[in-house]
Amino acid sequence: MGEPLLEVRDLHVTFHTEDGVVRAVNGVSFDVSEGETLGIVGESGSGKSVTMMSVMRLILDPNAQFTGEVIYKGRDLMKLSKRTIREVRGAEIAMIFQDPMTSLNPVYRVGWQIAEQIRAHEQVSAHAARVRAIELLASVGIPNPEQRVDDYPHQFSGGMRQRVMIALALSCSPSLLIADEPTTALDVTIQAQILRLIKKLREEFGSAIVLITHDMGVVADVADRVAVMYAGRLVEQGTKHEIFNDPQHPYTWGLLGSIARLDGPRPRRLATIPGTPPSLLSLPDGCAFAQRCACRFERCFTELPPLLSRDTLLSRDPMPNGHLDACHLTSAEKRAHRAASLAKERT
Amino acid sequence: MTVLLRASNVQKYFPVGRQMLGRASGGRSSGPRVRAVDDVSIEVRTGETLGLVGESGCGKSTLGRCLVRLHTLTSGSVSFEGHDISGLSRRELRPLRREMQMVFQDPYASLNPRKRVGTIIAGPLRIHRQGNRTQVRDRVAELLELVGLSPEHVNRYPHEFSGGQRQRIGVARALALRPKLIIADEPVSALDVSIRAQVINLFDDLQDELGLTYIFIAHDLGVVRHVSDRIAVMYLGKIVEIAPAEDLLARPVHPYTEALLSAVPVPDPELSARREQIVLEGDVPSPVEPPAGCRFAPRCRYATEICAAEEPPLVPHRGPGHLAACHHPLGPPQMTTA
Repeated sequence: MGEPLLEVRDLHVTFHTEDGVVRAVNGVSFDVSEGETLGIVGESGSGKSVTMMSVMRLILDPNAQFTGEVIYKGRDLMKLSKRTIREVRGAEIAMIFQDPMTSLNPVYRVGWQIAEQIRAHEQVSAHAARVRAIELLASVGIPNPEQRVDDYPHQFSGGMRQRVMIALALSCSPSLLIADEPTTALDVTIQAQILRLIKKLREEFGSAIVLITHDMGVVADVADRVAVMYAGRLVEQGTKHEIFNDPQHPYTWGLLGSIARLDGPRPRRLATIPGTPPSLLSLPDGCAFAQRCACRFERCFTELPPLLSRDTLLSRDPMPNGHLDACHLTSAEKRAHRAASLAKERT
Repeated sequence: MTVLLRASNVQKYFPVGRQMLGRASGGRSSGPRVRAVDDVSIEVRTGETLGLVGESGCGKSTLGRCLVRLHTLTSGSVSFEGHDISGLSRRELRPLRREMQMVFQDPYASLNPRKRVGTIIAGPLRIHRQGNRTQVRDRVAELLELVGLSPEHVNRYPHEFSGGQRQRIGVARALALRPKLIIADEPVSALDVSIRAQVINLFDDLQDELGLTYIFIAHDLGVVRHVSDRIAVMYLGKIVEIAPAEDLLARPVHPYTEALLSAVPVPDPELSARREQIVLEGDVPSPVEPPAGCRFAPRCRYATEICAAEEPPLVPHRGPGHLAACHHPLGPPQMTTA
C-alpha cells in the first residue's frame, strides 16, 4: 500500500448532555493509505460513524468536544477554518450516507445537485458541469443518463438513488471516500450491485475508501484492512485475512461467531455475546468489553489495555498498520481461549 | 405431521391512486391495484418453523398478515386447524387470536411508551379475561422469566430497555395467551449482530420448551436458514420456491433463489473472492403491473420465450417436498455458497 493519506491520532469525541458526558469516541488512532479500503465494523453506538463524521468535521453539535489530530495530506483538519474545510470536503474527501433518500435534496433535480457540487469546487460553466454530471451518472450505471439527469430523487428506486449519491461523491474525484453503511438500506440483490459498483469505481478512480458497516460479510467482500470498534475504541485492526482467519480480540471472536451464516454447516445454536454494550455515559475504567468477556481476569477491570501489535515484544517499533489488538491476554492465552471458543461453537 | 394452517389461492390486492381516497372500494374496483400477494397456497405444519424470505415489496409481510387475518383477503381462503377463518368477522376472530400471535419488527414502535412493561404483557390476558389480578401478576412474572428478563422489571417503561430487551418484551406479550402459532415479522432485523444471536436463540429455546409453530418472516437469509425447517422464497407476490431449509440452500431450483443466495455476502474473505457471484440486473418490477408469464423472467439469465408467455406452476422438483415455479429449473448443483 502507498503512503498514509489520512492519519487519525488519539481522537476523542464527547457530547455534553443533560444526563452527563457521553464519551462517543475514546482515543482512536488509525491510518488510511492511498488507494486502500479500510472497513470499520462495530455495533450501533460503537462510535464508527461519529469517528468518520468528526474527520469530516460534520458534527456541528455545540455540545460536542473534540481532541486529537486528523492529518490529511500533511494538514490537521481539526485546525482548519470553516472556510478551508469546505474546500476539502467534497473535493478531497467525499461521503456516501446510508439513506440516499434523506441525503439527496428532494426539491432539486439530481443533475442540478451534482453540478452544484462541481461548480462549488471548480471554475467551470454550467453547461460543462451538466455534461460532467451526465458522464458521472453513466459511469455509475444509470440507464439513459441524458434523461435521468433531469429527474428528481423520488423518481429513482433505492438502488438507483444510491448510485446517484455515489456519482455525487465522485464528482470531484476525491482521494478519500467515506461510505457510511452505503448498502444497509438496500435489498441483498441491490446491495450486490452497489458493492460491485464500488469495487469497479475504486479501480477507475483510485480513491481510498473508508467503509463503515456492521456487516462482516460486506467487509469480507470489499475491504483490504479491517478495524473493529467497541464502545468508542478500536479493539482490533489488521488485514482482512488477519481479522477473519486469526482474530485476536475476544470481541472479534464473538462478533464472528454470532453471525447466522449461509456457508458451512448450520450450528445448533448461535454463539452469543452475553449482555449489552456499556453505557457511554459511564464507561468502566478497564477494558470496556470486560463485563461481557468470557476470558476476563482482574486486570481487565482496572487497567485499559492498549492497542498493541502481538509482535511488539520482538520489535520496539510496531508497524502502524500491523495486526493490533487491545487485550491483556498473552498470545498463548489467546490461542488457548480461541481454540476453546471455536470448539464450543462447533458443538 | 398435522397441518396447522393452510392457505389456498390467497390474493391480497391494494387499490392505488385516486380510488384509495374517497369512497372505500374494498379492493373490488377495477382501477390499478398493487398485487401484494397473488395466488399463494401454502401449508404450515404443527411444530415447524416456516421461513418466509424475499426482498422488500415481495409480499412476505402481507402474506403473513393475511394468514392470521390481520388483512381481509381479496380472494382465496385460510384455514386454521381445519376451520376456514377467511370469512370470519372481527368478533368471530377474537377467540382465535388466542391461538395465533405476532411479534413485530420494530421493538421501539410496537410497545406503547406510556405503559409499564407489566401492563403491556398483561394486555392480551386482560382483553381475553384470563385469570384474576393475582393470576395475571404471576403469569406476567413467569413470562418475563421465560424470555430472560427479571420479574423486577415489571414496573419499568419500554424506554428503560435496550432494543434486544424490548424485543423480549414483545415476545413475552405474544406468548401470554399460550398461542400455538407465532408469526414473527422481521423480529431481529432492527438488532445488532451480538444481540440478534441472543434473540434468535430465545426463539429456538421457546419452540423446544412450548412446542410452538413459527412463521418467521425475514429478509436475512442467514437468519432464516438458522431458524427454519422449511423456507419459502417469494418474488413479486408469488412463492417461487419452497423446500426444506438445507435442501433449498444446497440445491436451489429457481434461478431467483440461486441469485438471492449468491448475493448474500459471506463473512469469509477467501470464499468471497473465490465464489462466482450472480448479480441481478435492474430492480424488481412494479407489483401494480407485474410482467406477464413468469414474473422473474425480465431479470432471469435463463429466460426464453415461454417464460414471458406462460406462468410456471409451483410443482415438485427433485422430490415431493421441494416445489418451484420455473420453466427452466436448475440442474444438480455446480456452485453454491456451501
